[in-house]
Amino acid sequence: MNARVSRRHILRTGAAGATLVLGFGLYQMRPASAEASSAGLALFAPNAFIRIDSEDRISLVIDKCEVGQGVYTSLSMLLAEELDVGLDQVAIEPAPPDEQLYADPILHLQATGNSTSVRSSWMELRRAGAAARQMLIAAAAAEWRVDPSRCRTERASVLDNGTQRRLGYGSLAATAAQQPVPQNPRLKQPEQFKLIGKSPLRVDLPGKVDGTAQYGIDVRLPGMLFATVASSPTFGGKLDSLDDSPTRSIKGVHHVVTIRAQEFDVGGYKLHLDDAVAVVAENTWAAQQGLAALEPAWDRGPNQHLGMDDIVHALEAASERGGLVARHEGDVDKALSTAATRLEARNYMPFLAHAAMEPLSCVADVRGDNCEIWTATQVQARAQEIAAQLAGLPPEKVTVHNLFSGGAFGRRLELDGVALAVAISKQVGAPVKLVFTREQDIRHDLYRPFYHDRLRAGLDANGKLLAWHHRIVGSSIFARWAPQAMRSDGLDPDAVDGAIQMPYAFPNLLVEYVREEPPAIPTAFWRGVGDTHNAWVIESFVDEIAAVAKQDPIQFRRGLLSHAPRALAVINLAAEKSRWDKILPPRSGRGIALAYVFDTYLATVVEVTLSDAGLVTLQRVVCAVDCGSIVHPDTAIAQIEGGTLFGLSAALWNEVTLRNGRVEQSNFNDYRTIRIDETPEVEVHLVPSRETPGGLGETGTVAAAPALTNAIFAASGYRVRQLPIIKSIEGLKRRA
Amino acid sequence: MARLQINGATHEVDVPDDMPLLWVLRDVIGLTGTKFGCGIAQCGACTAHVDGKAVRTCVTRLGTVADRVVMTIEGIGATPHGRALQNAWLMIQVPQCGYCQPGQIMSAAALLSEIESPSDAQIDAAMAGNICRCCTYVRIRKAIKLAVSSQATAKRT
Repeated sequence: MNARVSRRHILRTGAAGATLVLGFGLYQMRPASAEASSAGLALFAPNAFIRIDSEDRISLVIDKCEVGQGVYTSLSMLLAEELDVGLDQVAIEPAPPDEQLYADPILHLQATGNSTSVRSSWMELRRAGAAARQMLIAAAAAEWRVDPSRCRTERASVLDNGTQRRLGYGSLAATAAQQPVPQNPRLKQPEQFKLIGKSPLRVDLPGKVDGTAQYGIDVRLPGMLFATVASSPTFGGKLDSLDDSPTRSIKGVHHVVTIRAQEFDVGGYKLHLDDAVAVVAENTWAAQQGLAALEPAWDRGPNQHLGMDDIVHALEAASERGGLVARHEGDVDKALSTAATRLEARNYMPFLAHAAMEPLSCVADVRGDNCEIWTATQVQARAQEIAAQLAGLPPEKVTVHNLFSGGAFGRRLELDGVALAVAISKQVGAPVKLVFTREQDIRHDLYRPFYHDRLRAGLDANGKLLAWHHRIVGSSIFARWAPQAMRSDGLDPDAVDGAIQMPYAFPNLLVEYVREEPPAIPTAFWRGVGDTHNAWVIESFVDEIAAVAKQDPIQFRRGLLSHAPRALAVINLAAEKSRWDKILPPRSGRGIALAYVFDTYLATVVEVTLSDAGLVTLQRVVCAVDCGSIVHPDTAIAQIEGGTLFGLSAALWNEVTLRNGRVEQSNFNDYRTIRIDETPEVEVHLVPSRETPGGLGETGTVAAAPALTNAIFAASGYRVRQLPIIKSIEGLKRRA
Repeated sequence: MARLQINGATHEVDVPDDMPLLWVLRDVIGLTGTKFGCGIAQCGACTAHVDGKAVRTCVTRLGTVADRVVMTIEGIGATPHGRALQNAWLMIQVPQCGYCQPGQIMSAAALLSEIESPSDAQIDAAMAGNICRCCTYVRIRKAIKLAVSSQATAKRT
């Protein structure tokens, strides 16, 4: 692994970069640059992220997928800050697939996920920008025959302090490319930042308010056909026969395509596609009409009687087994045996769909000896590889155009949409835009796992916590998605994420994982990944222990955080801003949750009111965040605002359930999501810091559910132990 | 052959009368700013205007809009409300993924053409049909209020 990482590092930013990148060819989103490249004009490309041509065109290559988290802006700011160019002077190029050049330093994979984008890029992109700037200065100094120390830069020009001569970066591109790449370029001090820490208009926003932003679903190609697809309604079912005559009589329908079940392996990543049928037509409407008219006969297969009871019973049975030990300190059993008070809890978290606003979509054009795809993917190189496997081509014959994603929340870490689009295009011999119906999108997602957790704790007679035992039972996502990330004994690090690195000091601690896979149902990452699951369970139980110890939830947490000043600081800030000590009327309550995730500290206070009928109204949300150094504060706030509401929405209403082997939910009518008239005021308070940046895209979601269920406890005395909360409505009704 | 007035231009399309306006706009005419989200009028991503009223184009049949005035996100910036809303959306930095925002802006524009200065409750009521999965709702409220105040300022000066 180390050898691979260091090689990648050299390729991305090191001395060998210039020639390698020059030979690589530009990504084709920006025709002007591509022409410049093909015309052989001088091009300055000192690393994988910066290209400057002689016409002063500056392109920044962004290796992360813009899913709404603002990476096109924040990562550009890191490069532009040190390169000393304005955001108005650059164009963004989405990175092409390349595991060598663009593997994420934390994930060891070309991927956008786990809230790593700024964490991974903070030093690396700044170094890339600073190295390029230093080379441009060296080139100017050589041309002027002056010492480089006499030169400064501003807005893409080098200036001579002595004579006020000025040379634009474009005119220096050719000679700068001849300069050695500095290995340890000098970075700006925070006091010198012109961009970092400010909140310029996000570069992606103008197109997002006037309809011109291009998502994968918006691509139009000459001769392109439109497709939609229906997979086997039961997981693992088979297509027996297909009467497509009613479909073929619909105006505009060109093809009815059958796709047989397939297994893919892309560098360890496993994907299973069930049998599916697709209709390809002149427009999406004709395709959807054609699909509705199809009369496939399905062999419902081995899971045709599968229901939620089967899945939950299997998890409960598995919870009786001892698990793999994820963290063990002290002697939990002994401590529990001496405890004055013992508590136990069982928690249940449902399967969840991603339900991004943009239904899964991909445009594929497979023709002869090459293939092009246009989509939004969080894993560009894997997308290229799976398309290559299906098209029967070497990967380098597959071009991946990565566009804006209309939300993702982990959905586009999967490649079923790409695989299906390529399979359909190959069969019909034309460019095809595949767009899932919302029903296909919900019923054939890959789902956040259903988790069952068991917890035990013991307190002494003074209410002091003596022992903590947490057993996590559920599917392993990494076993399918990145088996190389599994611990050698089968421990899934994601399943225990957040459970083994809590900010609290517990004297005796045991965290275990029992892997139990649901039959046939694919499981996948969902916003906040393992932390979203574990934070709800842990912060609920901490709250419960505080209540048993008859202590205020915040005061009790403070007692466990004396060694963790940053955690303590966000708790205190949230308490102050939420006016925690102010008494609320009956049936109202505040709840707190603390998250230390993705190197960020977050304390969230949710305030709710319960109706007599047991319905929850969100009154107010206050978040206190310490995410270290902040690139774009307004985006930081936006991510916490949105991420928190996203988590509250899921906690209130969302579950994917199975009945007779099929997903019962289908669209936004039965997979409900928060609306503006249900949205409380959300306050986000940022703690000023110069620490290394923490992640923000998923952090708000992690703390949302426990803050909410703790607020419900404060309002009603009812402890929610299963999500979504709507399932507890009987328990939340006002007692006579 | 149906004739449509869209953003001030005339289009003739030869597709079935029962085709939803959404797909006429997106697939036949090529105006892709109007988005597909659900197909059953649950999410509002496909919102456009017909004769100045917000409609969900995913359930609005082509046959019902022939010869009527259709406005989409691509045209709304030419109207005072639309321009003020788009500017406010940028000032407040509302969008995240942005996919729902054309529909949000079209719903907000229809609201402002009906109620010059809507109350919080009127904003919530008018916008409740538009889902944002990034949950930018807090900022949508702020941006609508900013658009209202900026237009009021513009009128006074």
